[in-house]
Amino acid sequence: MLSGWFVVLLSATYVGVLFAIARFGDARADAGRSIITANVYGLSLAVYCTSWTFFGSVGRATSGGLSFLTIYLGPTLMLLCVGVIIKMIRIAKAQRITSIADFIASRYGKSQLLAGLVTVIAVIGIVPYIALQLKAVAASLAVLFDQPGRTIHLWGVDSTFLVAGVLALFTILFGTRHLDATERHEGMVAAVAFESVVKLLAFVAVGVFVTYGMYGGFVDVFQRALAHPELAGLLQLDSSRAGAWASMILLSGLAIVFLPRQFQVMVVENVDESHLKRAVWLFPLYLLLINIFVLPVALGGLLHFGAQGGNPDTFVLTLPLSQGAESLALLVFIGGLSAATGMVIVETIALSTMICNDLVMPALLRSRWLQRQQQSDLSGLLIGIRRVAIALILLLGYIYFKAAGEAYALVGIGLISFAAVAQFAPALFGGMYWKQGTRAGALAGLLCGFSVWLYTLLLPSFAKSGWIDSSFVEHGLFGIDWLRAQALFGLSGLDEISHCLWWSMLANIGAYIAVSLHSRPDALEAGQAERFVDVFRHAQRVPDSRLWRGNASLSELATLLERFLGPQRARQQLAGYARTRRVSDWRSLPADAEFVHFAETELAGAIGSASARAMVSSVTREEDLGLEEVLDILDEATQVRAHSRELEAKQQALEAATAELREANERLRELDRMKDDFISTVTHELRTPLTSIRALSEMLFDDPKVELEQRRRFLGIIVSETERLTRLINQILDMAKLESGRAEWTTGEVNVGDVVREAGEALGPLYREKGVHLSIDIAEGLPVVLADRDRLMQVVVNLLSNAVKFVAPASGSVSVVVAREKNLLQVSVADNGPGLTAEECGVIFEKFRQGGNTMTDKPQGTGLGLPISRQIVEYFGGKLWVESAPGAGATFIFTVPLAKAAPEA
Amino acid sequence: MKRLSPVRQRLGALALFGVPLLSFPVLGLPQGEVAGIPAIFLYLFGVWGVLILLAARVAERQGK
Repeated sequence: MLSGWFVVLLSATYVGVLFAIARFGDARADAGRSIITANVYGLSLAVYCTSWTFFGSVGRATSGGLSFLTIYLGPTLMLLCVGVIIKMIRIAKAQRITSIADFIASRYGKSQLLAGLVTVIAVIGIVPYIALQLKAVAASLAVLFDQPGRTIHLWGVDSTFLVAGVLALFTILFGTRHLDATERHEGMVAAVAFESVVKLLAFVAVGVFVTYGMYGGFVDVFQRALAHPELAGLLQLDSSRAGAWASMILLSGLAIVFLPRQFQVMVVENVDESHLKRAVWLFPLYLLLINIFVLPVALGGLLHFGAQGGNPDTFVLTLPLSQGAESLALLVFIGGLSAATGMVIVETIALSTMICNDLVMPALLRSRWLQRQQQSDLSGLLIGIRRVAIALILLLGYIYFKAAGEAYALVGIGLISFAAVAQFAPALFGGMYWKQGTRAGALAGLLCGFSVWLYTLLLPSFAKSGWIDSSFVEHGLFGIDWLRAQALFGLSGLDEISHCLWWSMLANIGAYIAVSLHSRPDALEAGQAERFVDVFRHAQRVPDSRLWRGNASLSELATLLERFLGPQRARQQLAGYARTRRVSDWRSLPADAEFVHFAETELAGAIGSASARAMVSSVTREEDLGLEEVLDILDEATQVRAHSRELEAKQQALEAATAELREANERLRELDRMKDDFISTVTHELRTPLTSIRALSEMLFDDPKVELEQRRRFLGIIVSETERLTRLINQILDMAKLESGRAEWTTGEVNVGDVVREAGEALGPLYREKGVHLSIDIAEGLPVVLADRDRLMQVVVNLLSNAVKFVAPASGSVSVVVAREKNLLQVSVADNGPGLTAEECGVIFEKFRQGGNTMTDKPQGTGLGLPISRQIVEYFGGKLWVESAPGAGATFIFTVPLAKAAPEA
Repeated sequence: MKRLSPVRQRLGALALFGVPLLSFPVLGLPQGEVAGIPAIFLYLFGVWGVLILLAARVAERQGK
């Protein structure tokens, strides 16, 4: 039995610590040194785990086994869709969005009606959820004081009321400490992250205590449970509940985004998009850790207390207490308190912003009272409204708790709230990705979905608590059977949550799409649709300013800002804005569309986009642009973008073409130069024999008395020079034919060995005459190749005659080897002549280049043999090259690919 | 046109991969016990843990 004073003191100390953290966070934020890191952001998302998780998971596990996990698997999967969340954050930042109601309203033309509807749905859906937190704290106090099931009174006041009061005070101090309503709540986020750590530690501590302290570990707990037939069922999944499993995952996946508190911490309080990269795994890891001991604790509780052993929702407290571990029980109590306070603080801040901006402000703006207060500062009023709203929400929660008590309505309330906020999904996701979605569609979808939710889930839960007549659940409305609330149109066999989700989503999505397709957006809506859907593209060029035309007065807008933001902050923002436009004093800014847009966005941060819109239009004389004109402007913007993209593509194509042309030109010039070289070389080569023929002929012509011997010698030279000339001209023609591709080829199967042997025989006399030894080595069983026999012969003869030219008489030797190299046939002609330098190896394949020194030696060939040979070999798909070193002879090698059909040998 | 971030696409693919693994009929497969612990318990936490591990690797690698 713990002393009441001690528990109160401990709780107060804990709350004090939280407050200190929040103050520290706010102070650091004011100083511009934010303490919100990626880890803090990731942990703050764990505000998802409320006391419903902390206490309720064990309770759910005792009846549904592992199905409680769906509530945490859905968020894991949803967070992985980072693209969707980043888009949301980007939009929210661009539009200064402060709540989910604002988000939806802003997308559909800053509609006050839509904002109000979303707020009402959120409040109706969430208040019971807040009541659940109060109940959890009350129940844990009752267990701690060993008076389960009774209301604890402290100083004569109901303790739950006291808890609600403290929470309200705390939230007011926390969330609305600043007199300026637009700032983020960095202190609150830091405190929530701290609370997440506390509740995780507390739960893991009790998990370890039960699993390893009271039992012998996981295996022991599971084995003992399996011994009880009624518990063994909890350790299996019932495949008949496959549909419920899937709808829970979907529902919780949507809840992680659409619960007002989740939207607040995930989107509104996000300071840096990159933090999401940490959160995407840190938060699921947190969920995994806090759930790993749930089933062992549930089973441990059932085993320990037996079937009638009290409330399974408080096993985490009663199990340690039953073992006398009071300090652990206190830690668990603090953990549960953390879970409850974290949820209540963030949720009420989010809801109070929505209530203030989207329900109270629109009413106030219309009231005479506000219009009379033309010049006064209203930022204090805003804070005041929010504080009252916070107190009111907690009061509502308390009243609900009192009314519902232990009734059914409180047990399933977590999921009922999830189903309520899931109704935001079609309008919100549709608005982010579908430009055609209209305000009328969103309104219709929300209304239909909400009504179905009300009829199939909330009202039946009231009926089960006995507050209203349950005949509409049992027999259908007005006794019409197919209107039975939880078997609508006869759809039975589903659990109530799946049933509601199925029908409400059908109604919601159906109405949203059908009405959207049959309605036309107004000008403002069309503009907002563009900004939301194309938020990533609008990052730089904003057509915003073009979508507004009219007359505005700088001073009136500035006054408006001062009224709602407070004079100090307004001046700060104006000065900041002036700097971005490179003006030293904001008073010298033009009151143009851009300034109006700035003022409206700033106001939207304070009072919501719908109210901001209303306020700005009240002080400006706006021209109505009309839908057509707005669509034109947007189309134009799209077209300009498309054009500029096209232009960019064309420019790139042009650059590529230019580069290609330059290259081609380069090649042409090279060819031109080569042609010039060729002609001059050819003329030179032709002139040499011609000169000698002419000289000798002239000598014979001029001097008839030349001796017969001399005359014979001269005529011999003339004949050989003429032959040389003929050969030269033939080869030039041959070369030209080969190069132009007009040469005639008769391709057939050729035995290279035969060709080489024949060439050796043909040149035999020449070799013998010079006394050069010729050896021919042809491998056995060579396959045939596809080639032109005469051309191949030409190549071999050319190589052999070259070789004999360059070796020394008598001592020279030339060896020819024909062998197979994989799928090539290789012929090498090696001589023991003077060899070639590395430089010569490259140039001898150029036209009219010859081995040896052409300046001093008599040319021994035409200089076209090797280039022609190379052309021929390359035509057959082979290669011709030389391997040589000065003084070590030269080896000319050529290859010819084997015919494809050649057998492997 | 700006290309979609590969990190976002990889994480999205993980989500698409996780959905069938964490719903029926695949969930009906693990039966009985492994080392004294119900197979379905190990399976659920195992798949969940692996998804988290992969997400961490994808998300954090880009940060460096």
